[in-house]
Amino acid sequence: MLILTCPYCGVAAEETELAPGGEAHLTRFGPGSDDAEFESYLFYRENPKGVHFERWRHANGCGKWFHAARCTNTLEVFGTYPAQTTEPPAALREAISAKRPGWSWRSFSEET
Amino acid sequence: MKNHYSAFAVAREALRNHTGWQRAWRRAQPKARYDVIIVGAGGHGLATAYYLGKRFGITNVAVLEKGWLGGGNTGRNTTIIRSNYLQDPSAAIYEKSRSLYETLSQDLNYNVMFSPRGVMMLAQTEHEVRGYQRTAHANALQGVKTEFISPRQVKELCPIIRLDGPRYPVLGALWQERGGTARHDAVAWGYARACSDMGMDIIQQCEVTGVRSEGGRVVGVDTTKGAIGCDKLGIVVAGHSGVMAEKAGFRLPIESVALQALVSEPIKPVMDVVVMANTVHGYMSQSDKGEMVIGGGADGYNNYTQRGSFHHVEETVRALIETFPMLSRLKMLRWWGGIVDMTGDRSPILSKTPLEGCFINCGWGTGGFKAIPGSGWGMAELIAKGHSPLTDAFSLDRFREGRFIDESVAAGVAH
Repeated sequence: MLILTCPYCGVAAEETELAPGGEAHLTRFGPGSDDAEFESYLFYRENPKGVHFERWRHANGCGKWFHAARCTNTLEVFGTYPAQTTEPPAALREAISAKRPGWSWRSFSEET
Repeated sequence: MKNHYSAFAVAREALRNHTGWQRAWRRAQPKARYDVIIVGAGGHGLATAYYLGKRFGITNVAVLEKGWLGGGNTGRNTTIIRSNYLQDPSAAIYEKSRSLYETLSQDLNYNVMFSPRGVMMLAQTEHEVRGYQRTAHANALQGVKTEFISPRQVKELCPIIRLDGPRYPVLGALWQERGGTARHDAVAWGYARACSDMGMDIIQQCEVTGVRSEGGRVVGVDTTKGAIGCDKLGIVVAGHSGVMAEKAGFRLPIESVALQALVSEPIKPVMDVVVMANTVHGYMSQSDKGEMVIGGGADGYNNYTQRGSFHHVEETVRALIETFPMLSRLKMLRWWGGIVDMTGDRSPILSKTPLEGCFINCGWGTGGFKAIPGSGWGMAELIAKGHSPLTDAFSLDRFREGRFIDESVAAGVAH
């Protein structure tokens, strides 16, 4: 069972205590965007076999949204961090680089 | 050439100690180039190759498989065959598929054990009753034979069911008399044997590591067994569609999640229909060996792990026990997962791609097994002629254009 640590209340929460919320750090497109941007925003999601960033909610706990970095191939969890950010924290990116050299996900990668 | 399988052949071989049986398909090494390369030797990939040869005479075809033939979702599903979908394009392709299953054993000279034992989808809430009545009416217009049946008829067809559960009472069911099951491995093996007999190469343990293109047109693939050239490329890899699409340089509106199933110890025959209970996220049939084959829910998050999550089993079994109290005494024997490729509208994608000459068949999600013959039939036409009446509605650009084929109700499993 997947276990994620809620960055707010510090509880190591089991999957049944959490609600998955899909891809993290989405850029929202609305009025004024073109068809391709809107299509991409609505339907195209990152689907990597490897490092992935997601949103989760501690639904049966403190109720707050947070982010998690996870490997979709091994279910290894690299870490979690609060929702009030548009990119993964530098320390977490370094931790992922140590375990998955050469990783990249959307505009984020080992170098950036 | 290969043996023709028949009662006479069995008798003949019995008289000579079974020394005359041959390999069902040749062990092949890749040639330098092919007219068409299909990536993925699962049911859909092999069916595509088979109908390319049978309908269009294209036999210079290779089917590449990174693992073993039929070892992905083809060997991991719960073998249910039905065509009681809501939308017209779905009814067309799924009913084509179901009707092909009726004669598939004869067509392939390989017993796929198609068993049209009947499929019932239980309505356990008022919303489901209305939803399934609507589907039954839609099916009537589409020429797909289904009917909405009463709880009394449900009990007659499936005596082990409990109609008056406190949480999940059975209020009726959508019944498709000619739905049923087939032997999943045999479907892959039968197509593989027929493809091999037409001179096609089925190359296992040959992973595609890259897609070669020139001027926006596909010219071949790099594999763990070297580079292979091709005029046309068909990507039919289910859960790994996103990974392959990335190699080919385009994206897909697909997310991959694990869907799981389990089987019980074998018992005497207790149930000769397939029962799906979508409200409780479970579906069940009894295999010819006597095992109760139980399908569960999908994970809510992306993963490629091909294994199940225990809490889904708990949810599924808890709910099924309420509907089938006799299950509570059974031990479960095996439990596994497969990676399903989910689209936003729960309908598949059979389409051209931004890469000229490259075609994709994916997005069958939780219900691809039933569609194998129809999918191959349409996909072969798409590759050979550039379009097919069976697949046109399932193109990749339907998301941009808002032409969804919404089957989130009919797809039949909790999402």
